[in-house]
Amino acid sequence: MPPTKSNNPVPNKERIKMPRQHMPEQLPVIRAKEFTEVNLGYSAELARQEALRCLECAKPTCTKDCPVGVKVKEFVQLIVDGDFMAAAAKIREDNVLPAITGRVCPQEDHCEGACLLCKRGESLGIGYLERFVADYEQQHFDVKSIVKATPTGKKVAVVGSGPSGLTAAGDLIQKGHQVHVFEALHEIGGVLVYGIPEFRLPKKIIREQVDIMRAMGVVFETDVVVGRTVTINELLEEEGYDAVFIGTGAGLPQFMGIPGEHYNGVYSANEFLTRINLMHAYEFPKYDEPIVDFRGKNVAVIGGGNTALDAIRSALRLGAGKAYVLYRRSEAEMPARKEEVKHAKEEGIEFHVLTAPLEFQADEKGWLTGARCQKMELGEPDSSGRRRPVPIEGSEYVVPLSVAVIAIGTTANPIVQSTTPGLATTKKGYIQADETSQKTSRKGVFAGGDIVTGGATVILAMGAGRRAAAGIHEYLTNGEW
Amino acid sequence: MFKIINAQFIAPGIKRFVIEAPRIARKQRPGQFVIVRVNERGERIPLTIERSDAEKGTVNLVVQSIGKTTTLLNSLETGDSILDIVGPLGKPSEIENFGTVVVMGGGVGTAMAYPTAAAMKKAGNRVITIIGGRNKDLVILEPEMRGVSDTVYVTTDDGSSGDKGLVTDRLRQLLENGTRVDLVLAVGPIPMMRAVADMTRKERIKTMVSLNPIMIDGTGMCGGCRVLVEGKSEFACVDGPEFDAHRIDFAVLVQRNAMYRDAEKQSLEDYRRECEYEKQKAAAPGEAEAACTLEGK
Repeated sequence: MPPTKSNNPVPNKERIKMPRQHMPEQLPVIRAKEFTEVNLGYSAELARQEALRCLECAKPTCTKDCPVGVKVKEFVQLIVDGDFMAAAAKIREDNVLPAITGRVCPQEDHCEGACLLCKRGESLGIGYLERFVADYEQQHFDVKSIVKATPTGKKVAVVGSGPSGLTAAGDLIQKGHQVHVFEALHEIGGVLVYGIPEFRLPKKIIREQVDIMRAMGVVFETDVVVGRTVTINELLEEEGYDAVFIGTGAGLPQFMGIPGEHYNGVYSANEFLTRINLMHAYEFPKYDEPIVDFRGKNVAVIGGGNTALDAIRSALRLGAGKAYVLYRRSEAEMPARKEEVKHAKEEGIEFHVLTAPLEFQADEKGWLTGARCQKMELGEPDSSGRRRPVPIEGSEYVVPLSVAVIAIGTTANPIVQSTTPGLATTKKGYIQADETSQKTSRKGVFAGGDIVTGGATVILAMGAGRRAAAGIHEYLTNGEW
Repeated sequence: MFKIINAQFIAPGIKRFVIEAPRIARKQRPGQFVIVRVNERGERIPLTIERSDAEKGTVNLVVQSIGKTTTLLNSLETGDSILDIVGPLGKPSEIENFGTVVVMGGGVGTAMAYPTAAAMKKAGNRVITIIGGRNKDLVILEPEMRGVSDTVYVTTDDGSSGDKGLVTDRLRQLLENGTRVDLVLAVGPIPMMRAVADMTRKERIKTMVSLNPIMIDGTGMCGGCRVLVEGKSEFACVDGPEFDAHRIDFAVLVQRNAMYRDAEKQSLEDYRRECEYEKQKAAAPGEAEAACTLEGK
């Protein structure tokens, strides 16, 4: 497609010289004590300034590197034009959750990492622009603007309301299929509500995005554990669904298998974050779910991903005296988003890299008192391509701790697989699915997201949800498997 | 929202709810449980399913007032609703013809043991039931248990019904009398289940206990309900709730259940104070508010 005529008045060589517009942020001293959002969002003026930096490449690498293929150049041009609602609609063609991805997507690994401006300085702030447009749309949203597709008469069940399920549901409803989303917990959003804290992704944003999907016609049913409350077979054979999408996520927390993980004060990141995010334990006693007292205590998270940083930054906000990240590789290997590492450091989190716990220690009542740790050095690259941490003999020491949060990843939750005969799984228990259509070994059943790939990111799960929706639409249209 | 069709106290502080939950009623098997959240600000707690009626689409929950949430639940009446009920969760009890099965229920644990006892009887087992409580009033489901057991023994701490003593005393007598026992299922307070485990370990009798640790999601996602089984962590919500009693580390179970004791106490006290205030306000509106202001609230 030839590029549409741009209204950007700035000559290309000038654009390269323009600095990236900074995201206004809550001050670290204030935010370290509160769960309110850290990033405050661009104003219309900042957004337009930033949008002017886009080089409008003939072959945009940003779109190519986006797992859902957002037409970045086109929506950024619409920001330059000042038509923010049109920009939002342009994003929505490929991404039904822009207010969410604009906040939590690791843009440096996708669109922004591929941006040509990186070669001369900082990339275009695509995530910030996406967030601005999505928030603007939210404030000006009119239910009447929804155009419903012609009904196809087909029914699709979506299992799990996390990023992959919501994306699949959003795409399928726009194709005219009836969509019914089943969620095990009492709130819609999956990992977006139980895993990601308020200061990074306010619950209000998720609720608003879900409300838009409701207005589009998607039906949501909470408190249904598919595999227990109803099985996949029953959905297909008794409840009349023509296809099922499984997006149940990588739900089971991994522990390290070191002594003392059962002590009081040792949490999995999933439990700790669920108490905080889903159950509002930080508002105890206004809310009933409790959490151990963090005030003035030494707290550590074990791990270096986004979940680890979400956990330790939450601990700080609960009043932790000292907050550490214990990570067995170096900072360069940390899988967390760069912005989260920066935010965490600003807030006063201490990073102890090349450090691995060997055992937890407790008092006579079983309450955690510390972790015996070992220093590591980096050796040859391992199967993940990252340099393998190797223990340094004689480097053991004890870190005094009252709370430890284990954030070393998750594995497949077996409930759906074990109750669905004929559904092929991998050795590790993940569901086997085709990489383009997301078809599983069972006719009419599709799967995507972490339950197929293992723990990954919101945007990769959304990509899978999109592919599955396309696969389901094709199957429902021509009936071929 | 899940509608309460019927709510009645069956013992002091123990209430039976018949609740409209057709999906759960259809799938429930003996040994499974549900997770309940009473209202928007409520915590999620696991509760026993006493029985279900697939045709009517109802499940029965038996709840003992212990902390804030159970006390709040037990203040609900016929016609009220519960915000969230999810289930049935956990692995069903393993039901087959073992021979002679001893089913033991301590206090409200009897409600959890009841459906398994019924299924064991149906599977052709000889079912000997031992149920107990502190006193006569706290022994629940005796008639129901009689309906599905070959023999029912009742024990009370004060001797107000059945034998004076503990359920384990009766089990010891059975074993000493040479009664052949192929399987024991014990559901009740941790000290009771631990005592049963110690007693049957020597005799090498397979013993199952149904555990009720702190839980949140009930689907294996949070890992909060982990129990130490022969030194390894297992999740009560998906690997249980029934476990081989001889492999369980009961000390760790006790330790982990104490994790939020202070918070639980505070919640219950706050709730009672709130109830008291509401009561006073209903009786004499102006005075209660004045009293509250004086307290500095």
